[in-house]
Amino acid sequence: MQLGERAGLKPAPPLRDVFGEALLDLCRDNPRVVVLDGDLSNSTQTKYVREAFPQRFFNIGLAESNLISIGAGLAACGLIPFLTSFSSFLLCNAYDQLRISIALASVNAKVVGSHGGITLGKDGPTAMGIEDLALVGGLPTFTILVPSDPASMHKAVRAAAEHVGPVFLRSSRLAAPHIYPDHDCPFEIGKANVVREGSDLTIIGCGLMVSAALDAAASLADEGMEARVIDMHTIRPMDVEAIAAAARETGAIVTAEEHLLHGGMGSNIARIVAATHAVPMRFVGLADTYTDSADPYDLFEKYSLTPTDIAIAAREAVAAKR
Amino acid sequence: MSVTLTQALDLQTMREKARSLRLDVLDMTTLARSGHPSSCFSSIEIMTALYFGGILRYRSDEPHWPERDRFIMSKGHAAPLLYAVLAHAGYFDREELWTLRQVNSRLEGHPIEDKLPGIETTTGSLGKGLSVGLGHVLGGRLNNLNYRVHVLLGDGECQEGQIWEAAIAAAHFKADNLVAIVDYNKYQETGPISREMELEPFAEKWRAFGWHVEEVDGHEIQALIETFKAVQEVKGQPSMIIAHTTKGKGVSFVEADYTFHGRALTPEEAARAREELLCS
Repeated sequence: MQLGERAGLKPAPPLRDVFGEALLDLCRDNPRVVVLDGDLSNSTQTKYVREAFPQRFFNIGLAESNLISIGAGLAACGLIPFLTSFSSFLLCNAYDQLRISIALASVNAKVVGSHGGITLGKDGPTAMGIEDLALVGGLPTFTILVPSDPASMHKAVRAAAEHVGPVFLRSSRLAAPHIYPDHDCPFEIGKANVVREGSDLTIIGCGLMVSAALDAAASLADEGMEARVIDMHTIRPMDVEAIAAAARETGAIVTAEEHLLHGGMGSNIARIVAATHAVPMRFVGLADTYTDSADPYDLFEKYSLTPTDIAIAAREAVAAKR
Repeated sequence: MSVTLTQALDLQTMREKARSLRLDVLDMTTLARSGHPSSCFSSIEIMTALYFGGILRYRSDEPHWPERDRFIMSKGHAAPLLYAVLAHAGYFDREELWTLRQVNSRLEGHPIEDKLPGIETTTGSLGKGLSVGLGHVLGGRLNNLNYRVHVLLGDGECQEGQIWEAAIAAAHFKADNLVAIVDYNKYQETGPISREMELEPFAEKWRAFGWHVEEVDGHEIQALIETFKAVQEVKGQPSMIIAHTTKGKGVSFVEADYTFHGRALTPEEAARAREELLCS
């Protein structure tokens, strides 16, 4: 069963394609935007910008460290650089450059990591971004955005450009369905979106896992359990009020993310829940492991990231309330 | 106090300037009881030529003047020298130099972008500055500005892989307004470069990467100025100036002992050093 099918969501193109279109739109509107790519423009989909605005596109080649620091120089010239490659290559190859050249002085650069999570699938764990949120979380000045569908990707790209300061934006390869039905959504950095109302528990997801959370909520509804679902599109600054309200009003929280549990979205939400309104929590994500190379849906099954796994976690969390 | 468009000082005044920069770095690091004075001393004449020899165009009262020539201190451990030069150039009050490495001071152990006026980028973890400089080159093209970008590298720093990523890219982008200078004092933290991790044949490496290369005595101000002017005529490729220097230059017992890297002089040593510098 495809993501979002159970919840009745309409299929949509892969988020990386939507990112490519959104970035092209942005370049049309804002002449200060420049794009640097690490020889993966056919995968990150910055190729549209390369074709339309060749003078504002630079292929830096397979040199992510160089790419990030060059971006810092461009930002210092008053330009808005979008620095793109696979999430894992940028965060892992160029972490020191992200830290020194960008994070420390809060430089106005936008880092876009594509192929986040496990859903690039068959290329396997060397190219997966399963630790990207934890790594960028270690760079205090970075705003962290994880859009969940085409509408929120378009908004996130705009928000990243408008925000003054470093932004990390995660994109992914697998097709995510439309979460927001009219192709438009509210998108304010640091303000989570409630995408389904419910009072028995709250499922908080980011990226593709918002669709999975909505699928799980649809199944739970058949059992008479109404789950609130939150699209946590901003991992930092995190919406403390939405999390505290979810804890207070629904009494149990499940988090779902395509990332290691260690240092990801869920652990940060747990920190907020513990400090505001402690309630039972369960966490869906990758337990300390790398995955096989395989079809994304086979990986979801093997590593317990399916809507069924979220529903099991939800029942446990609700049971723990009593 | 501010300098608009630099005018070259005469040679004798520049030599005096170099001496006062050495004394200021000595006082700053001795007061802070830490820092890398010997790595600063080897770069003093290079910095003097750039900032006071009519090479860099800058406005110290307008540090973000879009048309300014860029200077990037990639060997960030020479921060005390950068700060002293910026103070002497009028970017901020010289009295602030004595706050180096103290709580709430703007003079951090290594330079942080815009923490002080005139700091173009954050450095300190080595290898970053040449790439950032290339970013300024590409940004200048997009902004239709024709400033020049100078990046000062340490020799040990050239063991970082990112330097060679930037070297490839700068040649690819024909960055002929990019000038890298290596302070080639032949020592790294642990010892002589030839023993620890040899860089030779150094000039040949840069030439093979597509750079125009000049070699110069890094303590001869006049020769440095002439070299900086000569590379302005190079078209279609970036320029590397290998400046042969002496670590700890100006203080005999620091020159003679490479273990001074990464430590300040004791007050007693500093007094001896001061005497030598004043008599030289």
